[in-house]
Amino acid sequence: MLLEISDLEVEVEGKKILKGVNLQIEEGETHVLLGPNGAGKSTLFMTILGFPKYEVTNGKILYKGQDITELETHERIELGLGVTFQNPPAIRGVKLKDLLKIVDGKHDYKSEDDLDDEVIALGERLKLNEHFLERDVNLGFSGGEVKRSELLQLLAQQPDFIMFDEPDSGVDIENVELISNEIGTLLGQNAENTKKAGLLITHLGYILNFVNATHAHVLIDGKIVRTGEPKEIMDNVRTSGFGEI
Amino acid sequence: MVSIKDRAEKALNKKAAIGEDIDLDEYETMDVDAYEHVDSLEDLDKSDKDTLTSVGMDTTEEERSASFLQMDQSELLAKVMYPGIEVMSTPQALEKYDWLSDYMWNAMAVDADKYTATTELDGKSGYFIRSLPGTKMELPIQACMYIGDDSVRQTAHNIIIAEENSEINIITGCSTANHVKHAAHIGVSEFYLKKGSKVTFTMVHNWDKEVDVRPRTAVIMDDDSTYISNYILTSPVQNIQAYPTAYANGDNTKVFFQSILAGKEDSQIDQGSRTILSGNNSQSEMITRAISDDESTIITRGDLLGKSQDVRGHLECMGLILSDDSKIYSVPELRGECTNMELSHEAAVGKIAEDEIQYLMARGLTEDEAASMIVRGFLDIDIKGLPDELAKETKKLMELSMEGM
Ligand SMILES: Nc1ncnc2c1ncn2[C@@H]1O[C@H](COP(=O)(O)OP(=O)(O)OP(=O)(O)O)[C@@H](O)[C@H]1O
Ligand SMILES: [Mg+2]
Repeated sequence: MLLEISDLEVEVEGKKILKGVNLQIEEGETHVLLGPNGAGKSTLFMTILGFPKYEVTNGKILYKGQDITELETHERIELGLGVTFQNPPAIRGVKLKDLLKIVDGKHDYKSEDDLDDEVIALGERLKLNEHFLERDVNLGFSGGEVKRSELLQLLAQQPDFIMFDEPDSGVDIENVELISNEIGTLLGQNAENTKKAGLLITHLGYILNFVNATHAHVLIDGKIVRTGEPKEIMDNVRTSGFGEI
Repeated sequence: MVSIKDRAEKALNKKAAIGEDIDLDEYETMDVDAYEHVDSLEDLDKSDKDTLTSVGMDTTEEERSASFLQMDQSELLAKVMYPGIEVMSTPQALEKYDWLSDYMWNAMAVDADKYTATTELDGKSGYFIRSLPGTKMELPIQACMYIGDDSVRQTAHNIIIAEENSEINIITGCSTANHVKHAAHIGVSEFYLKKGSKVTFTMVHNWDKEVDVRPRTAVIMDDDSTYISNYILTSPVQNIQAYPTAYANGDNTKVFFQSILAGKEDSQIDQGSRTILSGNNSQSEMITRAISDDESTIITRGDLLGKSQDVRGHLECMGLILSDDSKIYSVPELRGECTNMELSHEAAVGKIAEDEIQYLMARGLTEDEAASMIVRGFLDIDIKGLPDELAKETKKLMELSMEGM
């Protein structure tokens, strides 16, 4: 089991948001997380990442068999967690390229020049040119650029378990395909026996035409109320909304 | 007529308009020939050379067009490597040029406060830099004010004249030697920018915990001239107060002031910049980035006065408070005195945003690494108007100053 969450209860600023979440994800699987606005989907991601504001009041998170519930965020990242944010902050003066180089530089086989070249090549895969990489991260990025820049950072990072928080929202149809391909690559979906796994939040579902999801869950009011086959659940949500589930 | 000396005598106890009052008698004046001349900065001790390097001096002098060094009150080196510029000590220049006395205490009043007055009365110090008409010198001129002994009161009266259509870049580094803890530095700098000239003045300060510093700077600008000032202070100091003023008298002048201030330990920093826009169609941009740590206090001031038509000015101060015991006060002033002009300011003071730290931590950085990356990014302002090489060098200098932050 790559990720195992049991009885997870989480409070944010004294308010209970997650009310007993159970979730198991094996290597090679890609799970989709559906649910209405405010259900707690992003909260689950932030909790898995270990952000201090998200207080675990019950339950635990096991990753690669290790209890990570009390670890600091950067320690979890070292173990192979990765995330794309729904609404990442802009940071003035911190260039996307510098950030990519720090993240990618952790794979220590590269010379400075190689690293530079690789970062630029990665950018091109996501249609973010060298000039774009010189910009301050997320500062004035368009909605679609934010999402591509998030993915680009993961390409540099190469995590084993990846959480995607609405990677498709605000992205035009053409770019959804581009993004989906890179998500597929990150998850090793083209390789046999990939050891990677993902958890993806989406409202639109269109992305599921390109990303190969194995399971779907519906989170409502801090609880997973249904789990099943992605297409079936998505269709169900599309026709009857979350109310009927 | 009252002589300059008399006016100075009268002002000897005159407190400055702002800033803590410093008892200058606590410090000793030094003899002008306390030290021997050197032929090159390479002749200095290794520890002195390292200190000079940290404030932007190229001790090999290869990448410089001229070098000047004042240690305490003595001129140690004044050397020009290229034609078209003159660099010497102010006393020497006064001997050489009769007309120079007209420039002394012309941009700045000798009786402005006790610091200007003391500079006049201590006398016999400072540098004279002049670029001849039409000279365009990319390689910077370097000038260093160095305090080599404890309890010294160093004064300098600097005169910088850019003749018509000349362009020069000056890097000045001011520092105390490693072993010096307690000292005072007063530097009066009067700039005269003639028609069509351009001066960039990059100043790096690296003092110590018990050093009091009172720079006094005024810039007089003719038509079509450009003045660019970059000021960097990232090491502890006891008390510094400066309010350089550009008098944009000519038409079509451009003024940029950019300051990077880092308050550490119990530094008291009061740093401003002022532009008086009195020529038509002139513009000024004054940007400050300040971070306060430990028990430091930073006051950043900005004053834009628009007196004539078609002038534009913008003032920007961003402050980042890193510790609960430190403070940043931002005091922006805009004064408009005619119809057709535009003055604006933007100021924000706050702490490092939690979500920015977390974002970077989610990419694998520790909390400290994340904070340091954000702080460096915050201080990293684009330096305007410098030639490529110098811009790169200034960036490097900033990075050097920010090491360990
Ligand atoms: N940092 C926070 N401070 C205060 N409330 C928060 C915080 N984070 C989340 N919440 C609250 O927790 C609830 C769940 O939010 P969350 O962002 O997890 O929802 P979501 O399922 O991701 O919704 P959406 O589909 O709109 O993105 C919301 O009511 C939200 O306002
Ligand atoms: Mg969300």
